[in-house]
Amino acid sequence: MSADNDLAIQARGLTRRFGDLVAVRSLDLDVPRAGIYGFLGPNGSGKSTTIRMLCGLLTPTEGSATVLGLDVTGNTSLLKPKIGYMTQKFSLYEDLTVRENLEFIADIYSYRRPHRNERIAELLVDYNLEPQAKQLAGTMSGGQRQRLALACAVLHRPELLLLDEPTSAVDPRSRRDFWAKLFALSDAGTTILVSTHYMDEAERCHRLAILDRGVKVADGPPAELQKNTGMTIIEVVSESPSRAQALLNDLPEIASVTQLGVRLRVLLPSHIDAPLDLVSGAFRSDGLRAECRIVAASLEDVFVAVTRDGETRESAT
Amino acid sequence: MNALIRLLAVVRKELRQLRRDRITFAMIVGIPIGQILLFGYAINTDVRNLTAAVADQANTHLSRQFVSELRQTQVLDVDQSVSSPEQLEALLRSGRISVGVYIPPDFDRRVLDDRRPAAQLLVDGADPTILGVANQLAGMPVAFDTGPVSRAAPRSLQVRPYYNPERRTAVNIVPGLIGIILTLTMMLFTAVAIVRERERGNLELLINTPVTTTELMVGKVLPYIGIGLIQLALITGVGKLLFDVPIRGSIAELYVAAFAFIAANLALGLFLSTVAKTQFQAMQMTFFILLPSILLSGFIFPFAGMPVFAQYLGEILPITHFIRLTRGIMLREASLAEMSNELLVLVVFTVVAMTAAVRRFSRRLD
Repeated sequence: MSADNDLAIQARGLTRRFGDLVAVRSLDLDVPRAGIYGFLGPNGSGKSTTIRMLCGLLTPTEGSATVLGLDVTGNTSLLKPKIGYMTQKFSLYEDLTVRENLEFIADIYSYRRPHRNERIAELLVDYNLEPQAKQLAGTMSGGQRQRLALACAVLHRPELLLLDEPTSAVDPRSRRDFWAKLFALSDAGTTILVSTHYMDEAERCHRLAILDRGVKVADGPPAELQKNTGMTIIEVVSESPSRAQALLNDLPEIASVTQLGVRLRVLLPSHIDAPLDLVSGAFRSDGLRAECRIVAASLEDVFVAVTRDGETRESAT
Repeated sequence: MNALIRLLAVVRKELRQLRRDRITFAMIVGIPIGQILLFGYAINTDVRNLTAAVADQANTHLSRQFVSELRQTQVLDVDQSVSSPEQLEALLRSGRISVGVYIPPDFDRRVLDDRRPAAQLLVDGADPTILGVANQLAGMPVAFDTGPVSRAAPRSLQVRPYYNPERRTAVNIVPGLIGIILTLTMMLFTAVAIVRERERGNLELLINTPVTTTELMVGKVLPYIGIGLIQLALITGVGKLLFDVPIRGSIAELYVAAFAFIAANLALGLFLSTVAKTQFQAMQMTFFILLPSILLSGFIFPFAGMPVFAQYLGEILPITHFIRLTRGIMLREASLAEMSNELLVLVVFTVVAMTAAVRRFSRRLD
């Protein structure tokens, strides 16, 4: 029981079908309290569907999930006041001003004056929205809207924040500020579940689950995932990256080749002996001059490595 | 207490949005005034100036006098003369006239003969209203001035009263028009209410908050009750000012009846809103209800004259009961107590529709 209490979210065999499509397939999830937990995955990998199931918006087809100790398949009215949810699409009222939106949300959570106005004033300062207080939400920039959405989601000081691709419509500067806010909230004890398709954001999470076509293909702290890819990463700098790539594609041992400017990142399963010799040997036999060296895995490499399994899994079925 | 705060939050939010939505705001005032002017001036069962032609083959003193009397009724606008009934038929077919007057060569003799009609009216009977007018004209007596008996002399004045004088048409239309306008605007506003929030994504956020379905529904409806009552004041005001439509009964009772009717329409609109997937669908559904509301409610055609099946359909519509209430209160000086049945139907309708709307509204997305 005490072990359960350390978990904000626990899901077992969580599955959601839409007709023939399996959006999420038997997902097991353990999200510890007071950390930032990331969902990394491309579009259609089941991130939104999972988040919607966890806040009780969608009923799981199979499996179960407890969020803050409450079952999400049953009556979720006790859960609602404890969670804050930020939808992928801006879901506040565009024809209300920033202050009016905040007032509405505060009233919905039964904040009473003067407590209500103090909280709103505090949020306007914290989220740098004071200059826009009287501006209609619909006329604001992506970054400003996102700050308003987060301010509304945290207004009632939820224990758990569910953020569905919160930074997909904002510039890099706003994303940095946004993550600073998330860390501050996390430090204050809020559990945050955030989905993203940005590698740099995923890297910032305390823990990360990589979703691919509805299946969780990796789960752990980003650094650990990078350590345990099961792959050897070789960086190749050559005079002709395209020729090098063509040569590498002929080697059956190689899992994946990605071009990054003049460099190639080559992934080989780690059970292959002397990978460096294998790669440089291929170039030498063709007379291509190339510099090869083994490097540490980036999160992108992790992503490529784990989603590759999904591709083979898909082609097998 | 928390429920009340949440309810008021929804109400305040709706009012704030409404204040910024200029088109809707314009519709609140524009629809009633536009409609009452349109209906008040355009709908007129008092038919006049029907285009007509005459084929006078008798061409006697009496026949010419007869034609001139027909002209004086102002019902017929006789501006053509032709020589044969065949030509009248041709004009009728081409749509250039609505009524043809055929006076046979032996007109004078026929006038003296009670068994035979003196003349014929060829009528474009496709329009029952025109046919009705013609039937009235047929009862117009013809006699020689010098004749010994002016047989049906008193009946000669009976053509006009059958059709309501101009004033009475508006008097009959306006109480019903209140119902039509309220049905249109109230249902339209609420039918799009939930769908719009769903389309804009607001609903996904809302259903993740502690606000309950009932609070959301009632909160959305409340502001429009006030708006509906403002519209009632507008229509009755313009009706009184321009068309001299009286409110003979109690004004307070009229507002009570309107309150029940507005609530019924708002509840129905909310229900549609939970069924429709898009705002466009919601509007289509609104018009699907509006059309029978105009045709089957007794607004235009007398309710008693409809087939039994249509009457049952009409009884389901809130407007049918509301039109009975408004006509009763405004024109016949009836009291609500005398028509409590009609009021009860509206209340039951509201409760049923509202319950259905709350039931249908899903707090989940699947």
